[in-house]
Amino acid sequence: MANTPPVIYLDNNATTKVDPAVLEAMLPYFGELYGNPSSMHSFGGQVGRTLADARQQVASLIGATSEEIIFTSCGTESDSTAILAALQAFPEKRHIVTTRVEHPAVKHLCEHLDRLTGHKHRVTKLPVDRDGLLDLEQYEAALNDDTAVVSVMWANNETGVIFPVEEMAKIAKNRGILFHTDAVQAVGKIPINMAVSAIDFLSISGHKLHAPKGVGALYVRKGAPFAPLIIGGHQEKGRRGGTENVTSVIGLGKACALAGARMEEENGRVRQLRDKLEEGLLSKIPNAILNGHKEQRLPNTTNISFEYVEGESILLHLDQHGICASSGSACTSGSLEPSHVLRAMGVPFTAAHGSVRLSLSVFNTEEEIDCVIDKMPGIIAKLREMSPFWRSSHQGSVGGANCPCECS
Amino acid sequence: MWEYTDKVREHFMNPRNVGEIPDADGIGEVGSLACGDALKLFIKLGPDGRIADAKFKTFGCASAIASSSALTEMIKGLTLEEAEKISNEDIAEELGGLPKEKMHCSVMGREALEAAIANYRGIPIPMAQGEVVCECFGVTDLEIRRAIHESKLKSVEEITNFTKAGGGCGRCHERLEEILREERQEIKEKPAAEPAKKLTNIQKIKMIEELFEREIRPALRKDGGDIELVDLDGDFVTVALRGACGTCKKANLTLKEYVEKKLREQVLDSLVVEEAH
Repeated sequence: MANTPPVIYLDNNATTKVDPAVLEAMLPYFGELYGNPSSMHSFGGQVGRTLADARQQVASLIGATSEEIIFTSCGTESDSTAILAALQAFPEKRHIVTTRVEHPAVKHLCEHLDRLTGHKHRVTKLPVDRDGLLDLEQYEAALNDDTAVVSVMWANNETGVIFPVEEMAKIAKNRGILFHTDAVQAVGKIPINMAVSAIDFLSISGHKLHAPKGVGALYVRKGAPFAPLIIGGHQEKGRRGGTENVTSVIGLGKACALAGARMEEENGRVRQLRDKLEEGLLSKIPNAILNGHKEQRLPNTTNISFEYVEGESILLHLDQHGICASSGSACTSGSLEPSHVLRAMGVPFTAAHGSVRLSLSVFNTEEEIDCVIDKMPGIIAKLREMSPFWRSSHQGSVGGANCPCECS
Repeated sequence: MWEYTDKVREHFMNPRNVGEIPDADGIGEVGSLACGDALKLFIKLGPDGRIADAKFKTFGCASAIASSSALTEMIKGLTLEEAEKISNEDIAEELGGLPKEKMHCSVMGREALEAAIANYRGIPIPMAQGEVVCECFGVTDLEIRRAIHESKLKSVEEITNFTKAGGGCGRCHERLEEILREERQEIKEKPAAEPAKKLTNIQKIKMIEELFEREIRPALRKDGGDIELVDLDGDFVTVALRGACGTCKKANLTLKEYVEKKLREQVLDSLVVEEAH
């Protein structure tokens, strides 16, 4: 592999690089500082104090108090814990409101709740418009006396579109309904202040903000009803059994502190790089469409569809140049249909299969962005040259095997 | 990430025979934009009746492009009778194998070849004549039956991997099971499915009413209440609480913890009880 190009990592909504400072903070706890934070002796106690610091660092990033933070193993565990806790708080209520564009961590949980609770729940999945936005009137109309919990993501992982969760949480609160938000893509990228929020539960994932994989946190508003998902020892004040993943939790704390300090850079320099990348690709490549609302969006994400070509092919060509990205095409989703997010937005099939998500971080440089703007047009042109739909007289179905597809 | 062989990668990065043949003798088109992959194959016959040239245009993933490229190389120099014998397995083999979830790409290649030959001969595409089983991807029973035989498929999942049938909304899964059983000559051993799943609405209503009469009403009447079945929509049972129950604060708890539980135990475990408003 003599000529392997350097990696240009633009897949930060999938996972992020562990920040060197985070790794450094963690290392001692892999080695000599192996004490159990719950122990009575001072050898373990010093670890306990660092754990408390980490809890405070996580809390500070989102304007919470450290008592409101529970450490978990990942964002998915936080989501499950919150939603199941809310349902247990209202055992007689059988209705959940969520959206059609949630991450599988929430989507699949809601679809299979009966296995966990023994009850069938009615799930209202709010639709989104072509820009990926929700209709708040529709949201209000969906709430009723049987609604136990609302779970709506803060920002979408595929498009970066931000939902007005603060406003939605207030509406829920007025109706006595608990509100959970999967904020794994938002935390660290946009300012969040739980001190002035009506949100009851908020999920955080470590590896989305330069902490390692395998650690997450759940914010539970003080006074909100709670029931643990994992029952065991008295760790996390009995709210999550099991000895803490101390090393990773310390990494998460450090990462949150760094994210707070970099908030301006994220919304300044990173946003500018994202905009440059987006404008560069949209202006240089014909039939390229932006997916998601242009303004109401995370600063680091862009999702662009290149019509008449297929996403996996684009990704493999990018891979030849060391460029890492994602796609919502069927061939990359592990199923045979394109991303449920793009389908919910009504992105036409001509575009959904050719979608590419590029997600940046503070580690990206302008040279990297220039490289992508330089390479992408050639890749798309080559694939279009090969595509039977490009510039052909009959764009759309070419007949042959009949495909009256209505699976949007 | 898919584990592609070097040969797949090589054909994908440097595809052979991309393009169109303006005066082609046969053109085969399969797939569509909606389906996520499509192949248009052009063949030109020489004076000796052999395939002198073949070109393609493909919309799809790496394995679709590689399958198309390999196919055009394989058929050059063959008579139509020889080309007809190429199976999807032959195409996959030529590429050193394909991930099982991607076998449908090789099937698409083979079908495009058949379509091109049929086009040359002026006859309808044989596989398109069957009953459309999967509406999402437009797959006919003939394609499915052939794939089951040729590739010795044993499950619906495998059928999806090879033909894409059943990979969309999933509504055809039962029919796929049926075809699988037919093709594997297990029609007579069709197991007696749980009868509970096949209840008609009328049967459900009857059983619910019987249970109300037998157990639930007598219990509620003890507290001065009563219950009435208002409607049934699939698994959603709408009821109205009468008498003391109608004003009781714990009525909803009664509905869920008592009525719904009883209905699930004795009628159907997927029922959901709701109060009429």
